[in-house]
Amino acid sequence: MPGIRTVGRPMNIKEKWYLFEIAKGMAVSIRHLVSNILHQERMPTLQYPEEKRVLPERFRGRHRLTKRDDGTPKCVACYCCQTACPADCISIEAGERGDAAEKVAVRFDINILRCVFCGLCVEACPVDAIRMDTGKYELTSDSRKKLIYDIDTLLND
Amino acid sequence: MLSDLLLPVLFALVAAFLPLMFVPLLVWGERKAAAFIQDRTGPNRAEVLGIRLGGLVHPFADVVKLLAKEDWTPARVNRFYYNLGPFLAIFISMLPFAIIPLADNLSVGGRLIEMRAVTLNVGILFVLAITSFHVYAIVLGGWGANNTYTLLGGMRSAAQMVSYELAMGLSLIGVLMISQTLDLGEIARQQGGLLFGFLPRWNVFLQPLGFLLFLIALFAETNRNPFDLPEGESEIIGFHVEYSSMRFAFYFMGEYVAMVAGSAVVATLYFGGWQVPWLGTETLRANALLTARALLVLVALFAVLAAVLFRSYGRRLSALYRDRRSREAKVLGAASIFVAALALLALAFLSGIRPLGAQILVAAVQFLFLVAKILAFGFLFIWVRWTLPRFRYDQLMGLGWKSLVPLGLLNIAVTGLVLLGID
Repeated sequence: MPGIRTVGRPMNIKEKWYLFEIAKGMAVSIRHLVSNILHQERMPTLQYPEEKRVLPERFRGRHRLTKRDDGTPKCVACYCCQTACPADCISIEAGERGDAAEKVAVRFDINILRCVFCGLCVEACPVDAIRMDTGKYELTSDSRKKLIYDIDTLLND
Repeated sequence: MLSDLLLPVLFALVAAFLPLMFVPLLVWGERKAAAFIQDRTGPNRAEVLGIRLGGLVHPFADVVKLLAKEDWTPARVNRFYYNLGPFLAIFISMLPFAIIPLADNLSVGGRLIEMRAVTLNVGILFVLAITSFHVYAIVLGGWGANNTYTLLGGMRSAAQMVSYELAMGLSLIGVLMISQTLDLGEIARQQGGLLFGFLPRWNVFLQPLGFLLFLIALFAETNRNPFDLPEGESEIIGFHVEYSSMRFAFYFMGEYVAMVAGSAVVATLYFGGWQVPWLGTETLRANALLTARALLVLVALFAVLAAVLFRSYGRRLSALYRDRRSREAKVLGAASIFVAALALLALAFLSGIRPLGAQILVAAVQFLFLVAKILAFGFLFIWVRWTLPRFRYDQLMGLGWKSLVPLGLLNIAVTGLVLLGID
């Protein structure tokens, strides 16, 4: 056919008889079998719930909201993270702080089911209020409601 | 006499349940060997009171799961054939075991007791006839399910099995020419003694090409990996798509039982069956006391070795698990020390064996060797499966018709010429 080039893979006489090649392949697999039985501690598999992988220092995990020295949330409800979020998982409701000119988040929900862990919210934040440095990655629950984290959960992470 | 009635029943039960007992062992071996070959750890989570036995509990958990699953029959199936298929698959796979000799004949009180369920002087023909019936299980399953995919899968398998049956039959004729009999018991008995003074006189050394052809045909007949197009569980749709629950498990078990039965047949035909290499029945019976002592010493040694291994295993376990699973190594270690103590105790008190005891002991040893040979072949099946990729359908047919059949004919010709030359 025009445009299609057939690349032949001619086998030599040894390969045509299959058996030598089969023997070579079986030698490889038995080598793995024996060495894995003798040195099970070298196996790369982790027994997961009991053993856990050591995470890199800058691992991007679950979000947390940072606090000022006096314990109040740093967040000024500027909506930067909500705007930056490509998955649309952050929803903020702003309120008055009362004593100063700044705003404060009354509601700060992250729907972790939607989150794609891109970290754009962290980059967008002008006051370093949101970080993803908790190192938590086991995000399971028995209901969807519990996976929408509210401001109290995020502040205490 | 009561024993006339009891013995056949006993042997029939052994022939029926022995291959079934191999199934969980082989399923476990399959998964574990596959895992180790692929640098994984394999199943190790199912436990009974913390005892996991390296995943050996999983096959039993699987059986419970399969029994508890919904047994779904699709609408518009042909109910008779649909139900007959899985039943045939496991029943036919078990049948060859009826004529496999499990040990040398016993002679009790002047009576000869053959160590097999059925004494059949057309042994090999029976095996060939029965394995060709296996096609029916697959075709009926594929046809009865009333699904075009299963029908195609069934047809594909039928073509494959019919093609390789020919190669299988041709490769066997060399053995028949050498042994001059069809009786499996007689063939196994002829394989005692030595060849060239040092090799056991097994047919594999006399018929290396025949053995190779038979082994390849056996892989195809049992639908194992390089030839597992009938199932093709991961890529192509096979004949048992419409089966669920225990009906599917029957097909699954049928495959493993066929593997065990095939291993038993190839061990009997080419590897001496129950023959203990270099030690004939008479030698073993004459030295029954020595045999028993050697056996006990071996058991004790293995038990002590196991205890040592369990000790180091236990250290890793208690470092890893904080629950009852960490106790496993202690329990198993204690059990193996107990076994070793029992063996040593028996060794200390064993002073003599009566002739009947000697016969039974030798039969047990020979049976153990048959089991070991079957397990070795079972491992070969597993080893090949996790090494080789699957053949394409045209390659499969090409190999069967263009290579195995002519080579089988060549083997017959060469064997005939050599036999003529010896005469």
